[in-house]
Amino acid sequence: MLKKSNFKKSRNRLEGLAPDLQTDKPCIPQELCTVCPGCKTMLFSHDLEENQGICPKCGRHFRLSARQRLELICDEDSYEPWDETLTPKDPLEFPGYGAKLKTSRLRSRENEGVLTGKALIHGSPCAVFAMDAGFMMGSMGSVVGEKITRLFERATRERLPVVGCTVSGGARMQEGIYSLMQMAKTSGAVKLHSDAGLLYITVLTDPTTGGVTASFAMEGDIILAEPGALIAFAGPRVIEQTLRQKLPKGFQTAEFLLEKGFVDAVVPRDQLKDTLGRLLRLHTQEV
Amino acid sequence: MEQTFSSFSSLGAKPRDPYTVLQNARASGRFTGLDLIRNLTTDFMELHGDRRFADDPAIVGGVGRLLGLPITVIAHEKGHDLSEKARRNFGSAHPEGYRKALRLMKQAEKFHRPVLTIVDTAGAFCGIGAEARGQGLAIAENLMEMMTLSTPVLALFIGEGGSGGALALAVADQVWMLENSVYSVISPEGCASILWKDAGKVRDACACLRMTPEDLLRLGAVERVIPESSDLEGFYAMLRQELSETFHRLLSLPSPELCQNRYGRFRKMGVFSE
Ligand SMILES: [Zn+2]
Repeated sequence: MLKKSNFKKSRNRLEGLAPDLQTDKPCIPQELCTVCPGCKTMLFSHDLEENQGICPKCGRHFRLSARQRLELICDEDSYEPWDETLTPKDPLEFPGYGAKLKTSRLRSRENEGVLTGKALIHGSPCAVFAMDAGFMMGSMGSVVGEKITRLFERATRERLPVVGCTVSGGARMQEGIYSLMQMAKTSGAVKLHSDAGLLYITVLTDPTTGGVTASFAMEGDIILAEPGALIAFAGPRVIEQTLRQKLPKGFQTAEFLLEKGFVDAVVPRDQLKDTLGRLLRLHTQEV
Repeated sequence: MEQTFSSFSSLGAKPRDPYTVLQNARASGRFTGLDLIRNLTTDFMELHGDRRFADDPAIVGGVGRLLGLPITVIAHEKGHDLSEKARRNFGSAHPEGYRKALRLMKQAEKFHRPVLTIVDTAGAFCGIGAEARGQGLAIAENLMEMMTLSTPVLALFIGEGGSGGALALAVADQVWMLENSVYSVISPEGCASILWKDAGKVRDACACLRMTPEDLLRLGAVERVIPESSDLEGFYAMLRQELSETFHRLLSLPSPELCQNRYGRFRKMGVFSE
């Protein structure tokens, strides 16, 4: 059950917009009902939301926004946002980037593609981040990289474990080399957190690709994935174009990665919070 | 580190066309990673394999001497003729290539040898085997481990520096680029097809991406731009000298300071408002 009231609103500078924009949700459809792409059943969006974004018929996991994700895994009223005022710039003056940022902020009502902060999961304190596919497909620019780096640095100082939920189309092309450098920057912060003996759990959700897969997404001590999630370095379209060859069914899904040994477990969404809570407790003192 | 073009004439005087730089970086007949290794080092011995799955010919590595100093060298190798290019997958490595690189870097760390990486790749290979064997993980592990490698690392870009496949050898204390090399988050072709749905608009994409050495120097992503010369002997001699001096300077730093500086180098990258 997703309760909106539990969470503090973002200090997004675009608050107070037209009502239709305020209720816009990038992931669970805004319309009254929708057809599940998995089983073709007609679903009421309200029911879908009540069911954590899982199709009640076939179990397909719809995408969640970063806020919905945090509501799902964090204890009520426990989420305290960090670094929420960071906003992107257009350092390369890249064609169309300024306009794209503006529409992304309007549509997602977020300042950028990741939320970071501190929360309790079944009573265990941790630093958390959740990426947002609604903001330029969760692509990693300077702000995403900086917020994740600061999160790991602060978690290292405060000796907190990190739980991170990824969803990303990869690098943010419009920030050029700065986007690429975020991969190294975040990886360095993860390494220092890890060297301090602290736990990092990643939850890979659909889709996690490109530069995020090739950096902090795959650097967890424990890597969980949601059922059916696409997890890849090069997305299927890129490979099909390069090789002019159809990919086998199920290639690059969470289940495929489990079989190949790249994730620890595939965890359905309705068990995610309990699983995270259990893992966090297993890394604290003997009971 | 000085940021200057003054030591050579072809740069700095007037702006260069980024597309020309790209074409030069990709030119057939240009020196490759192994050419650099042969001309910069003596007594080079190639070391093969990742000890896990295979030996990836797209990345070569080994030990040699740079003006007497034992170093580890790791390089992308595109190959010269067509059959060698095919065998080396045009310098696009599979996960085992990156894992071999990491193995050799760890070996260098053990013996406190400096590491020279030579970057020349269109990118990490995108294919079924590469994905099934964890291309993303292989790159991610290199980024993490290189950041705290307690021995000096210097990355030299000699042609194409394509995205994560280049970065996986470039988490370094210093990044140097030859005059005719590029470094970019995405290929200009990929960028053009996303932006304008037209892979032919490469020239425009080149300009948007700021991928030339002079742009990257200005953005603070690289420390030095190395002038090229038709006098290859002189070019190699200058490079040997500069590399050797830099490695000796980096070797004189205590390891914790070296690693701290390396993290600091990447830590400051990014532009945002708060
Ligand atoms: Zn369904």
